Parts: sequence; structure tokens; C-alpha cells
Amino acid sequence: MPVEVRVPTILRSFTAGEKSVAASGDSLQAVIADLDQSYPGIAERLVDESGLRRFVNVYLNDEDVRFLEGLRTPIADNDAITILPAVAGG
Amino acid sequence: MLVIRQDLIDAMVAHARADHPDEACGIIAGPEGSETPERFVPMLNAARSPTFYEFDSGDLLRLYRDLDDRDEVPVVIYHSHTATEAYPSRTDVAYASEPEAHYVLVSTRETGTEDGPYELRSFRIVDGQVTEEPISVLEG
Repeated sequence: MPVEVRVPTILRSFTAGEKSVAASGDSLQAVIADLDQSYPGIAERLVDESGLRRFVNVYLNDEDVRFLEGLRTPIADNDAITILPAVAGG
Repeated sequence: MLVIRQDLIDAMVAHARADHPDEACGIIAGPEGSETPERFVPMLNAARSPTFYEFDSGDLLRLYRDLDDRDEVPVVIYHSHTATEAYPSRTDVAYASEPEAHYVLVSTRETGTEDGPYELRSFRIVDGQVTEEPISVLEG
């Protein structure tokens, strides 16, 4: 299922500068795996062994996937995924 | 070099003082492709902490959509330190994710919520490397 994924500036080195790319999969995990096929290395910037990285926010349409089912969040046709690094520090 | 209007500096300092002793944070947006900070956007510190700041995740999505709609980028990302100098902490460096932004730090350690001299410095943070840059102030 094709979905649009919005890529933040800091990850556009993986996508040849593209702000928005297409990927497919029926869960967020599958979409990230598909992205990594097209743009090798990008998945490691998004997930670690415990799941989504703490300071990476991923949104399905308007909702932070942490408030859905995280990596298991189901993805449907024409959904839009947005990746945004947290703006945070100490 | 960061070239910025005095009134935008005053706005960051006022926000830092208002939120002291918690850290204050926000951005100054400017047209994409320019280096000119123009639109002051104070954000809530979702961490409400004297030692940490983080934009709320919902606010962050709305902010970036708004920037996209306006063809703007975050030219400046600012936050305050309330007990230490205006220099990026290890955490600031670890989470810095906008290599094209000017990271501005304001310290309120001397004056707290009061008026007085302020400490405000600007940095680039790229691939874990911190580089301080001069600030050129345009009188409003």
C-alpha cells in the first residue's frame, strides 16, 4: 500500500534531497523496512533495538504513533507519515 | 554569522526571563533559502524543567506544517539555560537535528526573572560539532 512519507532535513541526505518519498507496507514497521530498501541506512536513524528512537517523532496523519501502536501501527492506503526529529536539549 | 534584529533578541530574552527557572524554548522562522530570522514563535517547554526542554510532539507537527505552508524554515532555534552558561550542553549537541539552523542560547543564571545584562550566544551544531558564530544586531 503506497503511502507518502515526509522526510526531515537531517534525513534528506538519504533521499537525495527529496522532502517527500513513497513507501509501502501495512504497518509502520513494514513501511520503515521498505524505506530502508530504497534508502539504505535510514531505518537505523529511526529505530533501535527497543523500538522507535526516543527523540524521533513519527506521525500517522495528525497523530504521534506513540499514542497509537508505535511500530505496529496499521497503515492504510493514502495515509501520510511525517518524520520529525524532536526539538529538545538540556 | 547570525544577523538579527534587536527586537527579536529582546523577545528571546523576555521569554527566557518569563519562564525562569524553567528553560524557555522556541524558534524564529524566516523565508526558506534566506538566512533572515523574521517571525518569532515561542514554544511551550513540554518538559517544564530547569534542566531540559522539549517541544510538545503535537505542537512540533503543527509548527512544521505551518512553516511548510508559509515556505519558511526555522532560521533560529533558541532555548535558555537557567543555571549555567549560554553554551550548548552535551544533551543539546546530542539532539541537535537542524544543521542549517542557528542555535541561540540565552542564560538567565545572573538575573533570573529580572532585567539586567543578558548572556546570549549563537552556534552552529553539525554532526556533533559546535561552532560559535558572531552575532550582528540590526537596530529595530
